[in-house]
Amino acid sequence: MQYGAANCWNTVRLNTVHSALQRTTETNTGLGGTQVDLLEYQGKQFFASYGIPVSDGEACTDVESAVAVAERVGYPVVVKAQVHTGGRGKAGGVKLANNVDEVREHAGNILGLDIKGHIVKVIWVEIASDIAEEYYASFTLDRSAKMYLGMLSAEGGVEIETVAEENPDAIAKIHVNPVEGLSEEACRAWVEAAKLNPAATDGAVDILMKLYTAYVEGDADLVEINPLILKPTGEVHALDAKVSLDGNAVYEHPEYAEYDLTQPRDEREDAAHDKGLQYVGLDGSVGVIANGAGLAMSTLDVVNQVGGSPANFLDIGGGANADVMAGALEVINDDKNVKAIFINIFGGITRGEEVANGIIEAMGRVKLDSPIVIRLDGTNAEEGRAILEPHLSDALMMEETMLSAAAKAVELAKA
Amino acid sequence: MSIFVDENTKVIYQGLTGSTGRYYGNLNKAYGTQVVAGTHPKKAGTDVDGVPIFASVREAAEATGATATCIFIPAPGVQAAVLEAAEAGMELVVCITEGVPAHDEAYFFNKLKAEYPGTRLLGPNCPGLISPGKANIGITAGHIAKPGGPVGIVSRSGTLTYQALYELQQKDIGVTTCVGIGGDPVPGTSFIDCLEAFEADPDTKAVMMIGEIGGSAEEEAAEYIKNHMTKPVSSYVAGVTAPPGKKMGHAGAIVSGGQGTAQAKMDALKDAGVQVGLNPTEAGELMADIVAGL
Repeated sequence: MQYGAANCWNTVRLNTVHSALQRTTETNTGLGGTQVDLLEYQGKQFFASYGIPVSDGEACTDVESAVAVAERVGYPVVVKAQVHTGGRGKAGGVKLANNVDEVREHAGNILGLDIKGHIVKVIWVEIASDIAEEYYASFTLDRSAKMYLGMLSAEGGVEIETVAEENPDAIAKIHVNPVEGLSEEACRAWVEAAKLNPAATDGAVDILMKLYTAYVEGDADLVEINPLILKPTGEVHALDAKVSLDGNAVYEHPEYAEYDLTQPRDEREDAAHDKGLQYVGLDGSVGVIANGAGLAMSTLDVVNQVGGSPANFLDIGGGANADVMAGALEVINDDKNVKAIFINIFGGITRGEEVANGIIEAMGRVKLDSPIVIRLDGTNAEEGRAILEPHLSDALMMEETMLSAAAKAVELAKA
Repeated sequence: MSIFVDENTKVIYQGLTGSTGRYYGNLNKAYGTQVVAGTHPKKAGTDVDGVPIFASVREAAEATGATATCIFIPAPGVQAAVLEAAEAGMELVVCITEGVPAHDEAYFFNKLKAEYPGTRLLGPNCPGLISPGKANIGITAGHIAKPGGPVGIVSRSGTLTYQALYELQQKDIGVTTCVGIGGDPVPGTSFIDCLEAFEADPDTKAVMMIGEIGGSAEEEAAEYIKNHMTKPVSSYVAGVTAPPGKKMGHAGAIVSGGQGTAQAKMDALKDAGVQVGLNPTEAGELMADIVAGL
């Protein structure tokens, strides 16, 4: 299997039943849990491809190209940091520039800026817009109703969670049945219920119909415009873009692959991602390896319950062969915060002796800095433990239960 | 008794000709499940280890009298496979496949609800279900489940389902049916569907429910338990320590905007009178106490 740029975020979970299904497809169908968050400029390009009006602008990675974009679109321009975090304005990541000197100054300051641990590598330069009113619009899945949920509010430009809490009546909601779709008639009634400025009605209906199409055809988890603005001249316009795509739908959208390069991942997550592992970095000292997402989550819980803190979530899937185990151990071993490793395996279809052999072989391939505590249970656990027995030492310990193994790992991490 | 499937359920495997479908089809057959047919549009007339292959679910059902299917089809083909099974009148469609786009799931869930109300979909992205000693449809390891009852299990997570079965087996407690509803955003069968069926099943005397972070299915289940369940329930919710905004393996397992936290779910369940354990072992022990007091 290739992990090239074309499909590098589209790696499969190794050695699971489910991924075996995925591997039988021509293009891999991706990670079960992948979220693909777009940066603002990618979101705007995504919107523009569905005909939603956005401000003229371009993404830049250096000051001179920022100047060139500003000269092309005309002043004043807005220079905006492109990072996967909120609070850009407060951190000095969004600036208005009235002339070439100001573009040069702001672009220079914003590029390289550290915003909540995210270093700015890309800036978006767009023509500044006059704003008469600010609204909010989005589509997402209402998991409870099992239908699409559209939200529209005349109170835009602020966090929708705040509006929902302080003034829930200010949000007009619409449920859309995915089989029936959104009719223009229903959309218009929804816009009217939101009590926008009447001058915005036609423009809002047009944008929301396009936003719905983008949401469905683009296989998005979330499309959000905040603010959606009404200009003094009467046009309605998307001033920001927040888009999350469904990684499972990549086989229908090969163009999503390029978004992989800008996903927010730390070094550890990058390394795990390259190995096709389901990994989420945390900040504790106990490295965790488990098979199955639920068991991995449960392992983090148990580590916490006995007074420790996990360094990561790592699901190696249904099996535990040497290749997958070695890859997992490498990623965890490279995490300098890790002081002990807890391997928590429950054999279902996979037998205990296969798991044990995989661990022993993997340990022979990776030189580890931290001790391992193993809990092996389930199918043929006795046989598996018998294989591990002669290898036990200060570097490899075994415990009977999930709780005692967690306690041991935490004790070692604190020593 | 058991819920949804038993020794008389005849099952068609969509995707039996693929390596994964064949592997689990054979395991399920060896367990005792009535694996009566497979489907493949171009391989009708052939067989897979003695199980006849038909061109469509309809033809397979007409020839064998099957009322259920199990789907081992890659994600891009799942929507068509689910709709084909529903159109052929299947009462139960078990979809094992992981990685199905959420929009597809939302579409076929609502399509089934409106046009094929007689079809129950389980999954996608689930381990399937097992009525121990009678039938095993999917990828659960049959030998970790003790037949008989009195406990019914429903779970959103695969490996934690196995863990729950195993905890009970270690305590010599039998299971009527264990249903894995799957970890995706739009599961075909919900906790409530299973709780309702267990409540109605005379052989199930208590229910173990395994939840995880994300969505509000556990809160809705708690509401149902409070108002409609007479049988005792023990529970565990995975992901107490999961950080917000990160998907924890499953597409459905995410804490977003303060919603879907494990703590809120545990509180709702406790409020409904559910015995909530802080880990699977504790939930198993709580269930053992419940069973001892029955």
